[in-house]
Amino acid sequence: MNKQMRLEDVVGKLRDGMTIGIGGWGPRRKPMALVREILRSDLKDLTVVAYGGPEVGMLCAAGKVKRLIYGFVSLDFIPIEPFFRKAREAGSFEASELDEGLLLVGLQAAGYKLPFFPTRVGLGSDVLTINPQFRTVASPYDDGETFLAMPAIKLDVALIHVTRADRLGNTQTDGPDPFFDALFARAADACYVTTEEIVDRIDLSYPDKAKTNLFERHLVTGVVEAPLGAHPTTAHDLYGWDAEHLREYAALAPQEGGWKTYFDKYVAGDEAGYADRAGGASRIRNLPIPTF
Amino acid sequence: MAGTHEFSLAELVICAAAEAWRDAGEVLATGIGPLPRVAAGLAKLTFAPGLLMTDGEAYLVEEPVPLGPRGPDAPRPSGWMPYGRVFDTLWSGKRHAMVTPVQVDRWAQANIAALGDLKKPKVQLLGVRGFPGNSISHKNSMFLPAHTKRAFVEGEVDVVASVGFSEKRWPKSVKPLPVDIGIVVTNLCVMDFNGPDHAARVISLHPGVTFEETQEQTGFPLLRAERVKTTPHPTAEQLAIIRKLDPGGVRSSVIKGDPPGLRAA
Repeated sequence: MNKQMRLEDVVGKLRDGMTIGIGGWGPRRKPMALVREILRSDLKDLTVVAYGGPEVGMLCAAGKVKRLIYGFVSLDFIPIEPFFRKAREAGSFEASELDEGLLLVGLQAAGYKLPFFPTRVGLGSDVLTINPQFRTVASPYDDGETFLAMPAIKLDVALIHVTRADRLGNTQTDGPDPFFDALFARAADACYVTTEEIVDRIDLSYPDKAKTNLFERHLVTGVVEAPLGAHPTTAHDLYGWDAEHLREYAALAPQEGGWKTYFDKYVAGDEAGYADRAGGASRIRNLPIPTF
Repeated sequence: MAGTHEFSLAELVICAAAEAWRDAGEVLATGIGPLPRVAAGLAKLTFAPGLLMTDGEAYLVEEPVPLGPRGPDAPRPSGWMPYGRVFDTLWSGKRHAMVTPVQVDRWAQANIAALGDLKKPKVQLLGVRGFPGNSISHKNSMFLPAHTKRAFVEGEVDVVASVGFSEKRWPKSVKPLPVDIGIVVTNLCVMDFNGPDHAARVISLHPGVTFEETQEQTGFPLLRAERVKTTPHPTAEQLAIIRKLDPGGVRSSVIKGDPPGLRAA
């Protein structure tokens, strides 16, 4: 069994109109090498599901997104992702804005093969206005409560960046927070991971780090070796998000042709040359992980 | 600083905001934004030692983490609080957050999401983030750095991110969930929503501020609490803690013009 693939193999599995979930959280642990490969492709009409960071802004800017299901889209130190903001204000995609926790339970329902998850979250708020398809459900017990029946968010594909993986699909993810990567993996029919490092057998190479394994290998369809593949986002514990790069990116959002400028400078060309275009591998490896 | 009785309005506001957590017990205190975060730390270091607090990333700490870069003396973790456990905690109700909304209305509904129509916003702000779930799960206080009619709106907030006491927000078949609003601290006063039918009341005015001025800057009618006080001056001990929690002076950039706590006569 060997699940190793190349970036282009993964993108070759994707189809127009698919629902694609992306792991990570804001500018942290985003599978950017795969996202850039999508940006280079003809894929369109995607439904993107994320706790969004720059990957969402880029996919919006490139016109790939038909519908966005999101808890937020933020670069943290730049609180509102600028290309997302521009696309949202232009009404260029269908916005399914959710409470962060509703996204969690929607993914959980999909992973558990449930049609919905009962929750109080969203009741009384405009989450119901922007998601008019949501229904409520009465408790069958004596409590008399009514809940929001949060529909399962079923994914065709999940894309996740990990720290280490082996060719069998075993993965390890360092960092203080697992975020909801496991829920994305469980909610998807197929899950592709990019990894900073690939080994033949993780049990032989990293047996003392098994607790950093977030989801089972039977959920993992393909593994792509992509060192520095999360740039310009953080990859714990290897490098931090690239504030300088993200500031340059953000400053382009209000400009006419700003996305094309960014695309031509950094995305166009192949992924093998990306690190050099983004300032070089040693510079990226030395980016500190920001704290607040 | 020359004397211990010189203090900025931001420092007065931090002390007033810390009161949100008095008698809160062992809840997770989350102060979003620099002043609420320092306020939560101040509460923990003075009268609310039981508070749980995070380092802003993924760990619980027993000593509040100061604003700014972490030095070698940064507090060590006492527990683990990744986002998944933040949801576990907040849905259990064992949390009291102080948030910084852009708009608040007479029903205590709050907006951070967008201006204009949520379907196609004129201005995209942060989105609803965790506000809907927070507001029906645990107690929430608020801080607004500029008390104006643009912030305390006349009608309903553009987007109801945080649920309040508006009955029309609930379908007939759904019993409204209880909402727990703590205090609302601004650059002018401290308010709550504990008037008749959850009406907004002024409970203390900052030194030199009048009720009339506060009402003038508010888009809906305010009530006076039974005894409207002057917001207490920070003590020397409180000021020392604030300086420790905000060594870089971030607090001076939050309220426009960084005015002194005592208005010039």
